[in-house]
Amino acid sequence: MNQGGKALSEFVAEATEILDTLNKDLLTLDERRGQEVDPELVNGIFRAAHSLKGLAGLFGQDRIARLAHGMEDLLDRLRLGKLVLDDTALDSLVEALDVLQALLVDASRGETSTAQSARVEALVEGFSRLGAPAAPGEEDPLDRLELDPQVRAVFTEYEEHRLRENVRRGVSLWRVRADFDLSDFDKGLAELNSRLKPVGEIISTLPSAQPSSASGIAFDLIFGSKVTGPELAKAVEGTLAQLAPLALRPPGRGSAPAKARPPAPVAPAALPAPEAPAALARTAASAPAAPSEPRAPSTRRAGSRKGKASRAAPPPEPEPEVEVPPPARAVPSVRAAQGVPETPPPELMAEAGSTGPRVDFDTSLRSLTQTVRVDIRRLDGLMNTVGELLLIKANLQRMVEGARQEGTLVLSKAWVQELGRETRQLERKLDALQSGLLEARMVPVGQVFDKLARLVRRIAREAGKEIDFISSGGEVELDKLIVEELSDPLMHIIRNALDHGVESPQVRVAAGKPRRAIVSLRAEQKGNHVVIEVSDDGSGIDEHRVREVALQKALITEAQAAEMSRRELLNLIFLPGFSTARSVSELSGRGVGLDVVKNNISNLSGLIDVWSERGRGTAFHLTLPLTLAIIRALVVGVSGRTYAVPLNSVLEILAVQPKDIRTVERREVLDLRGQTLPLTRLARMFGLPERPIPRSFVVVVGLAQERMGIAVDELFGQQDIVTKPLGGRLQAVRGISGATDLGNRRTVLVLDVAALMEEGIGPERRWA
Amino acid sequence: MGFKVLIVEDSRTSREFIAAAVEAVPGIEAVTTSSGFEALRLLPRHRFDLIITDINMPDINGLELINFVKKNPNYRDTPLFIITTEGREQDRDRGMALGAAEYLVKPFQPASLEGLVRRYLKLA
Repeated sequence: MNQGGKALSEFVAEATEILDTLNKDLLTLDERRGQEVDPELVNGIFRAAHSLKGLAGLFGQDRIARLAHGMEDLLDRLRLGKLVLDDTALDSLVEALDVLQALLVDASRGETSTAQSARVEALVEGFSRLGAPAAPGEEDPLDRLELDPQVRAVFTEYEEHRLRENVRRGVSLWRVRADFDLSDFDKGLAELNSRLKPVGEIISTLPSAQPSSASGIAFDLIFGSKVTGPELAKAVEGTLAQLAPLALRPPGRGSAPAKARPPAPVAPAALPAPEAPAALARTAASAPAAPSEPRAPSTRRAGSRKGKASRAAPPPEPEPEVEVPPPARAVPSVRAAQGVPETPPPELMAEAGSTGPRVDFDTSLRSLTQTVRVDIRRLDGLMNTVGELLLIKANLQRMVEGARQEGTLVLSKAWVQELGRETRQLERKLDALQSGLLEARMVPVGQVFDKLARLVRRIAREAGKEIDFISSGGEVELDKLIVEELSDPLMHIIRNALDHGVESPQVRVAAGKPRRAIVSLRAEQKGNHVVIEVSDDGSGIDEHRVREVALQKALITEAQAAEMSRRELLNLIFLPGFSTARSVSELSGRGVGLDVVKNNISNLSGLIDVWSERGRGTAFHLTLPLTLAIIRALVVGVSGRTYAVPLNSVLEILAVQPKDIRTVERREVLDLRGQTLPLTRLARMFGLPERPIPRSFVVVVGLAQERMGIAVDELFGQQDIVTKPLGGRLQAVRGISGATDLGNRRTVLVLDVAALMEEGIGPERRWA
Repeated sequence: MGFKVLIVEDSRTSREFIAAAVEAVPGIEAVTTSSGFEALRLLPRHRFDLIITDINMPDINGLELINFVKKNPNYRDTPLFIITTEGREQDRDRGMALGAAEYLVKPFQPASLEGLVRRYLKLA
């Protein structure tokens, strides 16, 4: 395998995907605490840990492999029913996920921090002691099932366990057979699965070894049905499925008769640890009509696993007349079955030991990868558009050739019309290509929500707060770049909520509130924006205290304070240097205030706003654009200069005469349908010479619930722009977010509407 | 010349790792898939000289695939290797019992897979 950075980045990318899945599934498991555990969910988590272990092993990521191995082992015992999932087990799985994230950060930087190594060891050690052993059954229920041993021989240990569980619960078992065409059997199976899943559990999907026809394939599904036969028949009505019940002998007298079977034949030489399955398959071949089956080997192995606390009492053995080879304890020439994974050979080791800034995982939830997973249909759409563009190019080429041959002078009207048509086509297709590419950059905001949810749980536990975390709208999509940049501000706000907002359970009960607090995270798309709300039902923000602090720190004057509304007072918390925390807490005390959060959001062309009511709670609203890459802008002229205003914040454009503008308290305002609209003159703001013009335009801009008018002299139309950041000293100019090229080699400045509104409306927010 | 090897493994990185190890042998083309279903579809379309499969997969498990291959007269003579991880001895043993020729335990060295491939395809 190539050892360069590419290999490492591939590892990090796939490991990140696996951890995302793990995170989601563990959360689901966590939410359903106390309920019956969904076996499929546990199996999914097991599979993820298993894949991670294999992956980490390939790349020489020992610590990740070791921890994943510990998780896998625990999950294996859980899914095989050897352990019962309790709170301690669940908590340590969640913690292991945290450590895995941190290890992956380490790995991506080629580091090995000793703190994480210690956590790995502690967790792995803890795993081996975890879990309450499940009650052992008396008799292997599988022995009571009339099942072709050949079928049983292809079950994995897990499938066998699920089958056993279903038998134990008295679920009726069926063999569901269906024939499909080879070309689309997966669709057929998916359809059948969707019918079956609501009424039971699909334990195994077996492709039939007998070729039914050249282009066909048959499947046997082993199915545990929660409903009666007729109901099951109804569920699969209209499909090609045929149902056959699997008979079950009554319990208790299973293994006595008909247990005799030929002695176990010699296993193939290549098999280092001969075990029952080999025997099973052959037995079946020689005695196809065996009325009952020998014990499954897995139950024997349950008692033979080495050195684990899970050494649950094995089910009582059947009478010893059955000859079963002793369970394998050691496997020669391959890796030891349990215990520490061996160090991979040196050529498998990824680069290690390089330096780089050490990042505490707690400080950032940003993804480690720069990749975006794109639905293949979106890419197909883009390819189609490119195909159409090529067609247009061919047409244009043909026209150029034609014009060349006919000479330069006579360009017919028809030719010009055709050129116009092609140009319009070109424009449309380019638009489609652009919006397609923008779509491909979009990722669900839920990616961040999931990560936050896990963190919330941990922080709450550490702070002794009891909370329910609710998130919704995770499917809302935003530009990958914005989603990445969102995680830190959101985490900060949530930390604040848990630290300052949510009261301790005792205080809540004393105040007559439910013991458990609710912290919620919601996303919703509103037009060209996404609004994300972080709210809690905690103690709320004391606006009197805010006012006091702001005055103390001279952020506002007494006169200003006297005029401010409640909402204006609350928004003071975003000012630099403001912090109401009387003591620096362990959680939020990082010397970072909400002003940093506000800056982060402003850098994304977004707005942040707060609502709070004492005793009832606090809500932060983040209003963000869907994308930053290409935006549509309104091009305007002021005092002979040209500016671009992002169109997503433009609400309407008014033509006004000088008499429409009034002055209230030394500020210019405009009456708009009965409401007073504050007005800003760009010329004044940027120190340009003002020219008296009889008629000007007012561009009404708005973000969240704020509105403001920007007076401009001329309107030039709309255009798509790509904003480039300004370098050097220009960066600090308020009201300008960057520059853009308008295509005719003219570079214009792009207005930062959020900053302009702050300037125009003032830090004390007169417009409320 | 020209051998075709089918690789069935749901982890993308592992799949590429295995494919790279196999294709290190000149004259071998690796056909890869992440799912057992897709493998069932690929089997009749190609003539494979070797099949390498993972056991733990989402749709049909590797054992079911081995059973399918080994019971089908069209494919049963094709040698088949299983890729397993530690701790899954029962599943591995079942795979061997169903007729797998060799097994490899992750993490393994590319050279050991390459050696097995050469041996089974009777290449120097």
